[in-house]
Amino acid sequence: MAILVNENTKVLVQGITGREGSRHTQYMLQYGTKILAGVTPGKGGQTVHGVPVFNTVEEALRKYPDINTSIIFVPAQFAADSVFEAIDAGIKLIVIITEHIPIHDALRFVNYARRRGVTIIGPNCPGVVSPLKSKVGILPNHIYTKQGPVGIVSRSGTLTYEISYHLTQAGIGQSTVVGIGGDPIIGTDMLEVVKMFEEDPETRYIVVIGEIGGTMEERLAQYIGSGKVTKPVVAYISGRTAPPGKRMGHAGAIVSMGMGSYESKVKAFQEVNVPVARTPTEVVKLIKQFMK
Amino acid sequence: MRLLEYRGKELLSRYGVKIPRGAIITKPEDVGVLSTFKFPLFAKAQVPFAGRAKMGLVKRVDNINEAESVAREFLGRVIQDYPIRKVLFEEGVSVAKELYVSITLDRENRGYLVLASSEGGVDIEEVARRSPEKIIRLQIDDYEGLRDFMIRKLAAGLGLEGTAAEDFVTVMKAMYRVFTEYDAELVEINPLALTTDGHLVALDVKVMIDDNSLYRHPDISIEDSDYTLEELEARKYGIHYVELTGYVGIMANGAGLTMATMDLVKEFGHEPADFLDVGGGASKDTVREGLKMLLTDNRVKAILINIFGGITRCDEVARGVKEALEETKVNKPIFIRLKGTNEEEGRKILAEIGIKTYETAEEAMEALAKSIRG
Repeated sequence: MAILVNENTKVLVQGITGREGSRHTQYMLQYGTKILAGVTPGKGGQTVHGVPVFNTVEEALRKYPDINTSIIFVPAQFAADSVFEAIDAGIKLIVIITEHIPIHDALRFVNYARRRGVTIIGPNCPGVVSPLKSKVGILPNHIYTKQGPVGIVSRSGTLTYEISYHLTQAGIGQSTVVGIGGDPIIGTDMLEVVKMFEEDPETRYIVVIGEIGGTMEERLAQYIGSGKVTKPVVAYISGRTAPPGKRMGHAGAIVSMGMGSYESKVKAFQEVNVPVARTPTEVVKLIKQFMK
Repeated sequence: MRLLEYRGKELLSRYGVKIPRGAIITKPEDVGVLSTFKFPLFAKAQVPFAGRAKMGLVKRVDNINEAESVAREFLGRVIQDYPIRKVLFEEGVSVAKELYVSITLDRENRGYLVLASSEGGVDIEEVARRSPEKIIRLQIDDYEGLRDFMIRKLAAGLGLEGTAAEDFVTVMKAMYRVFTEYDAELVEINPLALTTDGHLVALDVKVMIDDNSLYRHPDISIEDSDYTLEELEARKYGIHYVELTGYVGIMANGAGLTMATMDLVKEFGHEPADFLDVGGGASKDTVREGLKMLLTDNRVKAILINIFGGITRCDEVARGVKEALEETKVNKPIFIRLKGTNEEEGRKILAEIGIKTYETAEEAMEALAKSIRG
């Protein structure tokens, strides 16, 4: 099983000829991801690491109708346009790696996608990996070497790597790892991913990596409290020491109007008996306790 | 980024919002332009944070001479690392009542949110805590936009009638235009004054613009924003830097990992001096410039570097560290956790200059804590 991406994921890379697009196409291919085509307007006819490049998404889909997923490396100024193109062409899962996309752009394409039943992961995210099956993202290959029972959903890229790495080192594999992105407006939020994990037979434990800002973690905790999540959940929240009113790198990581503080998130999880790790390595210990 | 008050007012007045008659002064010699104004005037230092009145940054002046001396007093002062470059002088307004109104991005509902209250002029968070029923909330769909009936509903909720209700239509439409056309995350008027002659005047304005959209707003100057001098410098190298109050210098890659590193410092009973994120795929130059900021910061006693290299290459990081040390010739204890892509190469470069590396952030922090104690 796994969620979002698996052996049947057939990928289109938008922005494939750019530096990041090209490099990560190579890494994804090395990981075993089935990449069928790429798109860069004006570069149709080229190939990148053996992958054919088209001028438009529609052309690529005409040649490769099996494509069901797109990953976007298009620079921020043009990214929104590419997302709309993918939605209009009928692609149902779009992973947006690009960072610094204006929030108002993200709001428009996220709402447009939702009205059309399209799932967006990101923007400004590391992507999705179901170990040894498929990786649609930029997560380092060498960390994701073991399938297993833990599903991870995270707002932060490097922290995802950090915690996945410690789990793998401890011999604990992952079902799917989803980086949803750190921007204020994202396509798919934590709660939606946790619902997918709840439905996924391969996932038996869930790790939630949150951070200050917004109320996503609090809403997730409330949902867990309603009893609809039967699988054990472990949380980690970064930003305990961040001062209010300052944006900590991520556009979304800001405590404002007294909402989204570290304390309110930890309290929300503790109230529904979700243990909160104080350091990234402690996540592994807490998962192990559930496994006993 | 947050715009200075006068800039926010300019944007709103362009779309018809009434603001007090005023002038921006950047040099004390220029106060002559105020001679046609109706004294007393109010001098407001243009700094991008709340509580200016309490900090003595808002002053009443009764004539040109006083205006000049206040301009002299304010201009060039540095408050919370922020240099005062501009002073806004404004005529007084005769206020009958103060209101609050704002438009923000609504993350949870993926739309816009209007907040309005007849309790203006005070901290809205405080009103929200004390008497939430006094705040009117209105959700707006980004596709449907702000409709007239919504404005009528808000006006009624605020008890506005006659010319004030007409002014309110102008105010809301202007706020909405600034919000959408300028990629704003917040447009707030607080207070919005209901004057004794029944009009609405924006007395203070706060506009926050999404940094990522600045490329399409060439008329917005970074000089009119809330960036401190150091943050402006860091931006040139793609470094996200936020100054904190402690003494342990921190550098990491990725916002989440950087915050987690700050938290780890605190977990060991110490205080982080900064948030410094060199970003994904940081080059040698980014690392060098970032580390130089920490080495030359007198508050920083010891430095913790936490790198988990995915796109970021550990050897690049190591080269950046080496160059920063060579260029500054400052010797401070540095503890580096180096993990990931090209880790071996990175460790070798650092070993050559006598810097030990650690497997986990905890180990590096433990060593740092010992060095501070010892």
